[in-house]
Amino acid sequence: MGDAESRLALVPSARPSDALSREQKCELYYWMKLTRQLEERLVNLYRQTKVVGGLFRSLGQEADAVGSCFALEQRDVMSPLIRNLGAMLVKGATPLEVLKQYMAKADSPTRGRELNIHFGDIGPAGSTRGFLGQISPLGDMVPVMTGVTMSFKMRGEDRVGLVYVGDGATSTGAFHEGINFAAVQKCPLVVVVENNGYAYSTPTEKQCAARFFVDKAVGYGVLGLQADGNDVLATYDVTRQAVDYARAGHGVALVELLTYRRRGHAEHDNQSYVPAGEIERWAADNDPIDRYVRVMRTELGVTDEEIAAIDERIRREIDEATDLAESSGTPDAREALLGVYADPPAEQPLWFRRDAAADAYGQERPESWGTWNADGAKRA
Amino acid sequence: MTEITYLEAIREALFEEMARDEHVFCMGEDIGAFGGAFKVTEGLLAKFGESRVIDSPISEIALVGAAAGAAHMGMRPVVEMQFIDFIANAYDMLTNYVATARYRAFLPCPMVVRGPSGGYVRGGPFHSQNPEAGFLHTPGLKIVYPSTATDAKGLMKAAIRDDDCVLFFEHKYLYRRVKDVMPNGDHVVPIGKARVAREGSDVSIVTYAATVWKALEAAELLAAEGISVEVLDLRSLAPMDDEAIFRTVKKTNRLLILHEDTRTGGIAGEITARVNETCFEWLDAPVLRVTAADIPLPYAPALEDYVLPQTADIVRAVRRLTAY
Repeated sequence: MGDAESRLALVPSARPSDALSREQKCELYYWMKLTRQLEERLVNLYRQTKVVGGLFRSLGQEADAVGSCFALEQRDVMSPLIRNLGAMLVKGATPLEVLKQYMAKADSPTRGRELNIHFGDIGPAGSTRGFLGQISPLGDMVPVMTGVTMSFKMRGEDRVGLVYVGDGATSTGAFHEGINFAAVQKCPLVVVVENNGYAYSTPTEKQCAARFFVDKAVGYGVLGLQADGNDVLATYDVTRQAVDYARAGHGVALVELLTYRRRGHAEHDNQSYVPAGEIERWAADNDPIDRYVRVMRTELGVTDEEIAAIDERIRREIDEATDLAESSGTPDAREALLGVYADPPAEQPLWFRRDAAADAYGQERPESWGTWNADGAKRA
Repeated sequence: MTEITYLEAIREALFEEMARDEHVFCMGEDIGAFGGAFKVTEGLLAKFGESRVIDSPISEIALVGAAAGAAHMGMRPVVEMQFIDFIANAYDMLTNYVATARYRAFLPCPMVVRGPSGGYVRGGPFHSQNPEAGFLHTPGLKIVYPSTATDAKGLMKAAIRDDDCVLFFEHKYLYRRVKDVMPNGDHVVPIGKARVAREGSDVSIVTYAATVWKALEAAELLAAEGISVEVLDLRSLAPMDDEAIFRTVKKTNRLLILHEDTRTGGIAGEITARVNETCFEWLDAPVLRVTAADIPLPYAPALEDYVLPQTADIVRAVRRLTAY
């Protein structure tokens, strides 16, 4: 196990996506387009200042998120990163949850405690949708998913884990330690490296001297597979092979998906560091949704009317979710003190706040800082 | 009734908890075949097998991260840091991931991170540390640090059963030096409760871990001078038993805080602030601290002994308090 020959022997002659029904193949389009349109809606809300924090896009990467996650079963557990909204939707996250979360609503999945798509739903198979919320320090989810999949192995559960990292996260110690430990323990874990060319502003060649990230698989003694991440069926094919390999008890697989990040790290990022014309070239020649629409038309015989119907369904779903999300309230300030521990279930207010109304806070704005003179008078 | 050591008491707790609950398992470097650097986990592999006693790569980040992931799925992992000094490698995973898991994502994270801690053993800068204060600052973690064999066993059982992450500091100087006869039955010591190690009326010493024994030694010396010292063993640092601290302060009106860790930003400073905010008017003297100097712990006996708090320092500090 683990030598180049046996890895090659794993690649089946038929593509796993050949077994997908026409309906499932149309579903791939639905998830990719839903991802894009939901993010477009979030851009509108962001510009209206209804998104409380930053906004992270996966424009141009929808195929790699959707195609890879589509290879999982419901009982499997997936750990997304910031560009994997599509994977989360496939795994059952709803546009309503995403919108509420971005708008920091009281009934958002984290009740206003965490940002953007940092939320999850994991637990026993069957009772949860099986996705685990990420944290901001990159690479940390790899060891965590090593533990999740270790628990599957210990209990003899037929479940697989899949964790996404970007090109940047492969430079972290957590990535290395996590994949190495999982490899040694033969945990049923698929590590997907999304190589989208940039980690914030840092291009891949300043991140790593290896030609491809899939080359790291050899060093860890794990299966390595690579695909064009902008080809949703190719992405599904390699991830499905990796998932099958892990499910069969062979251990860890590393999948590199080659794609391109067309927006900045977040919406504030003007991408001044990107060579002129690069983004436009990818948008014109290698948009994953455009490419897949061509496949649907020519190879699946999907009509323009069918595609329009899916688009209409998406528009309606996002409109309804937006109305609902906007009508949700903001969290009660006193909830901030709940649930740091199971026991005690709540922290006590600090002594200087015991007699104050909790909703009196949040009115002060940093904009007022620096506008007062030493004698306490407001500066002109 | 046979006495067992502090180390054996921890081992006994691990055996009992693993036998009681199939979700409990151990991970760490050299803990299986070798039984751990100090032999705390000796015998576990033979009894419970490789799937529940896991020898890991040298990867503290992965150990803590994997424990968190398994804990989310209903397991109760116990992770060994070969020396607690190496917990610094997992600082991000503990403070950013584990400590926030319940609050930010409603994720259960029942896990124990344990390891040999502390000095007085000529271990040098990387085998002698007391890094507990760094974690006391992080909401979401529980911290225990027992001084007796009885508490070591009872707190380990409580830590494994707790629904949050507990950092379990074990003092390696005490491993084979202190012994107790274990209480009968299912002996669990609740987390967050201090213990009066010696009753007294003139001065209170609040401390924990190995320096509890130094405080008791000092109390005996001071008793000969007619000074009655009360010694409070905190046992848990998070949550801290504020009520027990305030009770002893109100009783003796003089407080010395003693710890083996370095001084600046240390736990003694935190306790001082709490006492100041709550029982200022009960104090007849300023709160004093006896701690290690702010120095990386050196190897040579003459150097280590000069940096760490010693019994004579405690005696001197108590005399100063009674002189007020």
